[in-house]
Amino acid sequence: MSDQTTPATSPHPYPGKLIIVEGIDGSGKSTQLLLLHKWLESKGHKVFFTEWNSSELVKDTTKRGKKNKSLTPTTFSLLHATDFASRLYHEILPPMKAGMLVLADRYMYTAFARDVVRGVSPEWVRKLYSFAIRPDMAFYFKVPIEVAISRLLGGTRGQFKYYEAGMDMNLSQDVTESFRIFQSRILAQYEKIVDEYGLITMDATKDIAAQQDIMRRLVDEALKDYKPRRGTHGRRSLFWRRFDVPKSE
Amino acid sequence: MVGAHYFGDGLTYLNPSDLKGKLIAIEGTDGVGRTTHIEMLQEWLEVQGYGVVTTGWTRSNLMSKTIEMAKEGNILDRWSFSLLYATDFADRLEHQIIPALRSGFIVLADRYIYTAFARDFVRSNDRRWIRDVFGFALVPDLVCYLRIDIDTLVLRVIETKGMNFWESGMDLRLGGDLYDSFKKYQSLLIGEFDKMAEEFKFEVIDARKPPEEIQDELRKKIQQLLTEEGLARTAPILKESAEA
Repeated sequence: MSDQTTPATSPHPYPGKLIIVEGIDGSGKSTQLLLLHKWLESKGHKVFFTEWNSSELVKDTTKRGKKNKSLTPTTFSLLHATDFASRLYHEILPPMKAGMLVLADRYMYTAFARDVVRGVSPEWVRKLYSFAIRPDMAFYFKVPIEVAISRLLGGTRGQFKYYEAGMDMNLSQDVTESFRIFQSRILAQYEKIVDEYGLITMDATKDIAAQQDIMRRLVDEALKDYKPRRGTHGRRSLFWRRFDVPKSE
Repeated sequence: MVGAHYFGDGLTYLNPSDLKGKLIAIEGTDGVGRTTHIEMLQEWLEVQGYGVVTTGWTRSNLMSKTIEMAKEGNILDRWSFSLLYATDFADRLEHQIIPALRSGFIVLADRYIYTAFARDFVRSNDRRWIRDVFGFALVPDLVCYLRIDIDTLVLRVIETKGMNFWESGMDLRLGGDLYDSFKKYQSLLIGEFDKMAEEFKFEVIDARKPPEEIQDELRKKIQQLLTEEGLARTAPILKESAEA
């Protein structure tokens, strides 16, 4: 009965495939995942997408906590774990059990890198996520800090967000400098994680198309024995409905 | 809390050894009268001149609203649920409990991590994960467990506020109706509390007794702790204030 029999370090038992991307802000991981998504759909696969810190309930709470700056490294970490658990249960496991493809923009490795830099114990945060399933493929988009900074400043975003730059950690008064210090520390954690969990390192300084070619080749190889499953060939509809339960006191 | 320590992997950014106050947890299932007894204990301690802070399950600024929403049906899985309570606890620990202990207050906690342990175990049959999650919690100086048997509890709850969905563990589908479910769920919780009482050396108090007797026993246990720690208040204080 114990869920501990499938720790995140052994393969999951489901017929679906889980592919995830990791990397710091500005590494281009989301762009690559989007292109992979288009490609898989063009090949006739049913693909589900899930994104870090996106469940409604937790997102609102995080927003509130950030607004009045009351989040501590531990509550920050626990809120993200709650969001992850909720998405795992509602968005990842049902398609995985049904034998479909799931793409995730960021996975537990984001917590292992970022929360540890914020100050939680590396052992604790790993135990926290021990209920997660191991992805079939995990890509790490490795990028030098200066490249990430110039992409973010030159791109559509224009400036760094408060928490993305680690401004809560009092590393520097200057936002760009704070981002540089904070994200450099995250890069150092990712380096350890790549070895620990066998992530596939991608050279994120290459052209977008060149990276995508490599990614598609690797995914194609990994899906060699995968039998696609889908119910309809029409538009995606709601496959999982949340229950309403009576309000408690 | 001389020699205060964390339950497991603690807060790396906070050394607990300089906390002067005392942390006292009152545990027990729903409907045993914890909240009433804590109010009376606070009064009793404050009359003696101790600074007292109380903290209650799901009462954090960050999470109380979120947990209400979750209970309305937005989150139903075991992990999210336990993690929501852990987040609530962490927020109270860092913003209420630790600052109060640092300033020398006595903190009375209405429920503590053991409630989360029991509820998660009943839902998963796994003790390890939830204990790992709460590794950052401080081990209390004293845990008083108000113990009741299931038959008495059932009668008492029906007589007073009635049974509700979550207290009956209806998410677990243990019984055909509210009554059966409540009885099974609360029996499982009591069983796990009893096991933890031995493992973690709770002070067990029979909650079937009249409230005055329970309160007397609680006071005795707390008095004993304060005396052992050299914090007992003595009469001369009153005499000095009378002269002044």
